[in-house]
Amino acid sequence: MTLTQSSKKTSGFSWKVLILPVSVFLVVAFSLGPILWQFLTSVKTNEAIVAIPNVYFPSFDQLTLNHYIELFARRPFLRYIFNSAFVAFTSTLLCLGFGAPAAYALARLKIPGRQLILTGVLIVTLFPYILLFLGLLELVKALNLGNNYLALIVPYTAINLPLTILVMRSFFQQLPKDLEDSAKVDGYGTVGMLLKIVLPMTLPALVTTGILTFIFSWNEFIFALTFITVEEMKTLPVAAAQLGGASIFEIPYGTIAAATVLGTVPLVVLVLFFQRKIVQGLTAGAVKG
Amino acid sequence: MSGSNIRDRQRLTGWVLVTPALLILLLVYAYPIGRAFWLSLFTQNLGTELEAVFSGLSNYARIWGDGAFWNSIVNTTIFTVVALVLELVFGMAIALVLDRSFRGRGTVRTIAIIPWALPTAIMALAWTWIFNDRYGVLNDILMRLGLIDTGINWLGNPTLAMVSVIVADVWKTTSFVSILLLAGLQSIPQDLYEAHAIEGATPWQSFRQITLPLLMPQILIASLFRFAQSFGVFDLIQVMTGGGPAGATEMVSLYIYSTVRRYLDFGYGAALVVVTFLILIAVVAFTFYLLEKVRKSAGVDI
Repeated sequence: MTLTQSSKKTSGFSWKVLILPVSVFLVVAFSLGPILWQFLTSVKTNEAIVAIPNVYFPSFDQLTLNHYIELFARRPFLRYIFNSAFVAFTSTLLCLGFGAPAAYALARLKIPGRQLILTGVLIVTLFPYILLFLGLLELVKALNLGNNYLALIVPYTAINLPLTILVMRSFFQQLPKDLEDSAKVDGYGTVGMLLKIVLPMTLPALVTTGILTFIFSWNEFIFALTFITVEEMKTLPVAAAQLGGASIFEIPYGTIAAATVLGTVPLVVLVLFFQRKIVQGLTAGAVKG
Repeated sequence: MSGSNIRDRQRLTGWVLVTPALLILLLVYAYPIGRAFWLSLFTQNLGTELEAVFSGLSNYARIWGDGAFWNSIVNTTIFTVVALVLELVFGMAIALVLDRSFRGRGTVRTIAIIPWALPTAIMALAWTWIFNDRYGVLNDILMRLGLIDTGINWLGNPTLAMVSVIVADVWKTTSFVSILLLAGLQSIPQDLYEAHAIEGATPWQSFRQITLPLLMPQILIASLFRFAQSFGVFDLIQVMTGGGPAGATEMVSLYIYSTVRRYLDFGYGAALVVVTFLILIAVVAFTFYLLEKVRKSAGVDI
């Protein structure tokens, strides 16, 4: 009697204990599954890739690095990576350079129309890029900026400015105001105080927004697809998406998989290092704005 | 006298700091949208040899009778609503899991963000491969489980193609929703739950009566962002199906894109941009209204 009761209790208990580990496992499998499958595909020989039933974990003689070699030897993949990195990095710097001062002014200084500007900034974060691409296409043509990095750098700076302004503004609002007051007593002007006192304290917040800006710029697709048509200036997402192969009968699955791995690795590394900052930035930008 | 001087200088500095950012925003956001309104009153296509010819509201009359456009609106709405609901459900589930304490929680939280950070166009390639009819891993798993005998042509069937792009979108963006919801969960004081439990409430009741109402602002904000992004979805569809098969996954953004890029119909494309913009603004305004209401009622209740 006591035995059955206690065994009943433990069996009921053990089920509940399983819920959390199983759900944690599901979250991990859900998040990593597609990426892992892509990685496994990228290191398999073509024969293993098209084997039916599928080869999940390739044996030693089914392993190859040929798909990666193909990307660098027969296509300008290093160039694509450089293009993506250059465009993303430059627009991040510009975005912080223009966005942080604006955020400071909107947080601290009394400017007429401040509320209007903030509402505008908040609303444009919701505009999908398709609404902008026609007007920008005309501008790019009129200014003869097609196949010029500026055709990407300027829009990328702009599309990240709203988030930068919102995140940085909420950061400046949390800075103690005494600090700036005492700097003013010490004879600093607004700009001098910004550069010498506020900016150094702001570095962590700049890193936070900078990472988000970099990610959004690296991932952008529609402008990069439209404004850049020369092969050696394409960014990585566009170049990867266009790896169609010579004919539809011969889709280079392995090469595509290798390209997707290369396109995702930098971002995975960023997430691993800056998880906390990304979460901070996203919640500050979305919730506090 | 000197007080007003200081205020003037502060104002001037403020404007100097704000203006560069404002100019860039006006150039990249305000100009294209304003330009679309203006250009929508003109016909500018191959028929007019790409000259802009004033044609009043004729572009809008054409939209009214354009079955392909309304089809894309219907597709986009289905895509957006289904994806949004699934993202909220999964996002909430993941946030609840990540809110528990367990060993390695930091690592799992990091992993859960990864899908959000990856380029959509590139992950669309990955999902195309997963859904591949001959060698795709999804068909392989289903066959091993004995659920199907032959591979399903996921991206070749109109309904299944829609299902596939929704699955890919949910995978990609659920992490964004769960990040926002997790932040909201962490701000709910624990004693609320303890008091509730003492009163004899079950976990489900606590979820319904405490978590959901207090999380409403985050849920609405996440929905707002996700709605706007889904409604303009481009990369994912362009890479996975190109709008096919037979227009089954043709979204508004793809329709606008091909109107402008393939058919060079600039005036009509501009009118499509305007209509899409107005629909979006209407929904956003409605959500803001709801958000305001929720915030007010939360302020009164607590």
